[in-house]
Amino acid sequence: MQNLKQSILVSVWFVFLTFPLMVVRVNTMDNIVVWRWESLVWVAYEAFVLSYFWRFLMQRKAVREKALAANDNLVELIKNDSLVQNNFIFVLLVLLQIVPAFFYSFVLPWSYLFGFFLLAFLLAVGIRKYQYRKGLGSFARVDEAVSDKPRLNLLENHSFRIRAQLVILTISLIFPLVVDTYQSNIMISALIYVVLGLGLNISVGLAGLLDLGYVAFFGVGAYSYALLNHHFGLGFWVTLPIGGLLGCLFGVLLGFPILRLRGDYLAIVTLGFGMIFKVVMENWDALSFGPSGIANIDKPGLFGIDMDLAGSTVYIYYIMIALVVFTIIVTNRLKNSRIGRAWIALREDEIACVAMGIDMARTKLSAYALGAFWAGMVGVLFAAKTTFINPASFTFMESAIILSIVVLGGMGSILGVILGAFILILLPEYLRAFSEYRMLVFGASMTLMMIFRPQGLISNLRQTYQYKGSKEMSDNG
Amino acid sequence: MDYFLELFFGGLTRGSIYALIALGYTMVYGIIQLINFAHGEIYMIGAFVALIVAGVCTIYGLSGVSILILAGIVAVIYASAYGYTLEKIAYRPLRDAPRLSPLISAIGMSIFLQNYVLLAQTPDFLPFPRLIPEFAFMEPVAYILGSPELVILVTTLVTMILLTLLIKKTKIGKAMRATQQDMNMARLVGVSVDRIISLTFVIGSALAAIGGVLVASYIGQVNFYIGFLAGVKAFTAAVLGGIGSISGAVLGGLILGWAESFAAGYISSDYEDVFTFGLLVLILILRPSGILGKSTKQKV
Repeated sequence: MQNLKQSILVSVWFVFLTFPLMVVRVNTMDNIVVWRWESLVWVAYEAFVLSYFWRFLMQRKAVREKALAANDNLVELIKNDSLVQNNFIFVLLVLLQIVPAFFYSFVLPWSYLFGFFLLAFLLAVGIRKYQYRKGLGSFARVDEAVSDKPRLNLLENHSFRIRAQLVILTISLIFPLVVDTYQSNIMISALIYVVLGLGLNISVGLAGLLDLGYVAFFGVGAYSYALLNHHFGLGFWVTLPIGGLLGCLFGVLLGFPILRLRGDYLAIVTLGFGMIFKVVMENWDALSFGPSGIANIDKPGLFGIDMDLAGSTVYIYYIMIALVVFTIIVTNRLKNSRIGRAWIALREDEIACVAMGIDMARTKLSAYALGAFWAGMVGVLFAAKTTFINPASFTFMESAIILSIVVLGGMGSILGVILGAFILILLPEYLRAFSEYRMLVFGASMTLMMIFRPQGLISNLRQTYQYKGSKEMSDNG
Repeated sequence: MDYFLELFFGGLTRGSIYALIALGYTMVYGIIQLINFAHGEIYMIGAFVALIVAGVCTIYGLSGVSILILAGIVAVIYASAYGYTLEKIAYRPLRDAPRLSPLISAIGMSIFLQNYVLLAQTPDFLPFPRLIPEFAFMEPVAYILGSPELVILVTTLVTMILLTLLIKKTKIGKAMRATQQDMNMARLVGVSVDRIISLTFVIGSALAAIGGVLVASYIGQVNFYIGFLAGVKAFTAAVLGGIGSISGAVLGGLILGWAESFAAGYISSDYEDVFTFGLLVLILILRPSGILGKSTKQKV
């Protein structure tokens, strides 16, 4: 009863809140007002449903935090979880999302979106239940802590990982041969975001330096190829490392003045750098040809062989795959290296880290430079792929997309970032009807992730070291 | 000289708007050390709601000034409501989280609100009706300082005086200052900290909405994206003056307004935004605590 009252209140509040923007639509030129009353009904209904959902999640979060603090048995806790038990209610909620279909108006896509959200959640709960029954995932970790059983987490199983990697690599190599050019092109852009996400992951995920102007480095790479190609006729392969190095250089240049800043200040300054880059590129006609951009950039060549459009797409796809593999290997090695551990230390506590004798300037600059390096390289590839660039490709929204990839996937987690890039780039491509709603979802998911799952979809597994001399040594990749 | 005065008053007008928005940043930052990234969007929503009210009222046949006042009041109410809800949904659950989390949440909300307005309304620029009348007594000096500018300056001045009185003289203001100084201690002496934080968001949003209505009726157009740049610039103003300090926000806003106005007038208007961000970077390098801010020691 208490719940019902609260939800009705929330519903009324949101009806009030969204009234002018969702219901009234005024055209001040022709003096016409359109009243969209049906969205009012929809907002009321949706706010009611979501407030229930929200309360459930909040309660659950509170219970978990309490249990973790008290070192309680997590398994028992999750087993008795109200959400896991009340699956039925949520199936009903998802199904009820069809109701607004009868309105058939502009609220329709919104309500399907919410439906997807709930469905995804349901799926996650289902997976957890399955894991619980089979003793997998985090349940295994708790079990192990309780009962000394060996770990069953698949991601930590070395031989499984190698097999999975081989399978994924084979699929990705065959992929362009079985699908058409359009699909390959989409996949290339998704892969571009994978590399960008992994690059940003170095500064945001590992070193904890929130960079909101990351797209500027991407732009530096793209423009360096476009300009070198336009003025000097330099080829793709020559410019690829140059673009990366220029990105690196810019990372260091921009990193220097902001060494002393941290957290939120840093975010705003990097945002400023991103904007400066765009404004300069728009106005410095002599260098960048202004808003009209640079066209007719050469595609990458292969020993002078002429290729048709389909052929060159496949070729770029393979270059991209190689670049992605290279990025994954290098970032993975970096993560577990001395400098990578320094980054993580810096992220966790700057002052303590410096007190331990880590050179802050070098650590921060290297995080920036290495993050920017990937953006520069992939920028060159982007310019080669689209053969046309202008400043409009390097807006804050791009930085925000890359950031939400990292946040959604899991800060610091390589696998998570890759998954995040595929979800955020491929889903809107294939769900065309919702592609305008993509930024809305990105924004909302950033907030929701921070509140309910700050570690991201796939949390970063901490490297664990074990004494190998013991008798029962578990296989630990 | 006339050109100089025109730029001077142009900068003053612009700066006072920045100051209004910057106050929201600074008040929130002072209490919970969070850059409310979505503050610019609250400003935009204020302007948009005002536009909708003004549009509907014009169609139903009301006259100039009454529309402006009505639109202003509705905009302030709605912006405050949005600010309140924003805090409750996106920031309160993250009060004890690591510092990066609320910031990312704020960026998410900023993107969400922008796109919410974009989808619910329109991506195009909407013309905002000119509601501020031309005063006859301003005629002789109108080439330097027009009536809309005068209205903006007077409104801002009155708002700031009211805000100062609220903070310095009332019980609520006392509680706000106490919370800013030490949240736990304030809680111990019986201040309801959650309510004070909500209230700070409400007041900051209301100020932003006033700024939004004034700017929209001055520039004459509104779209979903205006909040972003205004927000970043106002943040620059807040940092310039020393974030957390209320008089600093006003000073920073004015300095930024003048700097932009003169740089655009004497150097180049294409690079206006570059000057702003250049200024921001410079301050942060030279004096991160801002002009009036106190530098705080960092502890582990």
